[in-house]
Amino acid sequence: MDSPRPSVPHCVIEVKVQAQAFKPGEELDRWCALSLGAGAVASFVGLVRDLNLGESVSSLHLEHYPGMTEKALADICQQASARWPIYSLCVIHRYGNLAPNEAIVMVLAGSAHRGDAFSACEFVMDFLKTQAPFWKREQTATGPRWVEERSSDLDAHARWKSES
Amino acid sequence: MITVRYFASIREKMGKDQEQLTWSSALISVGAVLEYCRAMSDLHAEALHRRQPIRTALNQTLASLDAKVQDGDEIAFFPPVTGG
Repeated sequence: MDSPRPSVPHCVIEVKVQAQAFKPGEELDRWCALSLGAGAVASFVGLVRDLNLGESVSSLHLEHYPGMTEKALADICQQASARWPIYSLCVIHRYGNLAPNEAIVMVLAGSAHRGDAFSACEFVMDFLKTQAPFWKREQTATGPRWVEERSSDLDAHARWKSES
Repeated sequence: MITVRYFASIREKMGKDQEQLTWSSALISVGAVLEYCRAMSDLHAEALHRRQPIRTALNQTLASLDAKVQDGDEIAFFPPVTGG
């Protein structure tokens, strides 16, 4: 049986869309320090692949829709904070040119216990993948190519509807 | 006037990232604007061809083709998103 959810008065939400690189470790330290009252902070870091669909990728360019991007990410965070009792939620996403292994995206969620933090992190990533206006263009040995939508990302997004 | 913005592969094919259109009551929905743009030139028809999936936004929020458009709105056409 589910225990009653503790009420969380206010969730701190931070959205950063930036061209400059960030250090995931430093962001995690910062977010732990900021997540007062939380017993858990879950984080996810997405990295640039050096191999995609069998071709090696020498660099990645990320285009976005300034204005809409920030709005879409803030909206996704609001939805997550309405769904789970979380204390803090942060999304950092880069745009511009990135090299293999660089961090593209980081999500950090603080909650009383780990379950809600894990769920919020996953929810934000699944929604971001299908709703936030970013487009990847990979530089490969055979030239540049736009990355196409993956059906597994659509499935990951759809499952939150069936679970609600 | 309404502003139509293009992103990613659609922007690349179009050779520009936005254009202004004079609004009229014929441009009543996002879908009507898309059809209007497709008919503007061969380049538009190719860049916005039906064989590819196109996502649409109205005033910087994802919107369906039947979303209502008014004078001053910003409409965007782009391929499915691939961030994260």
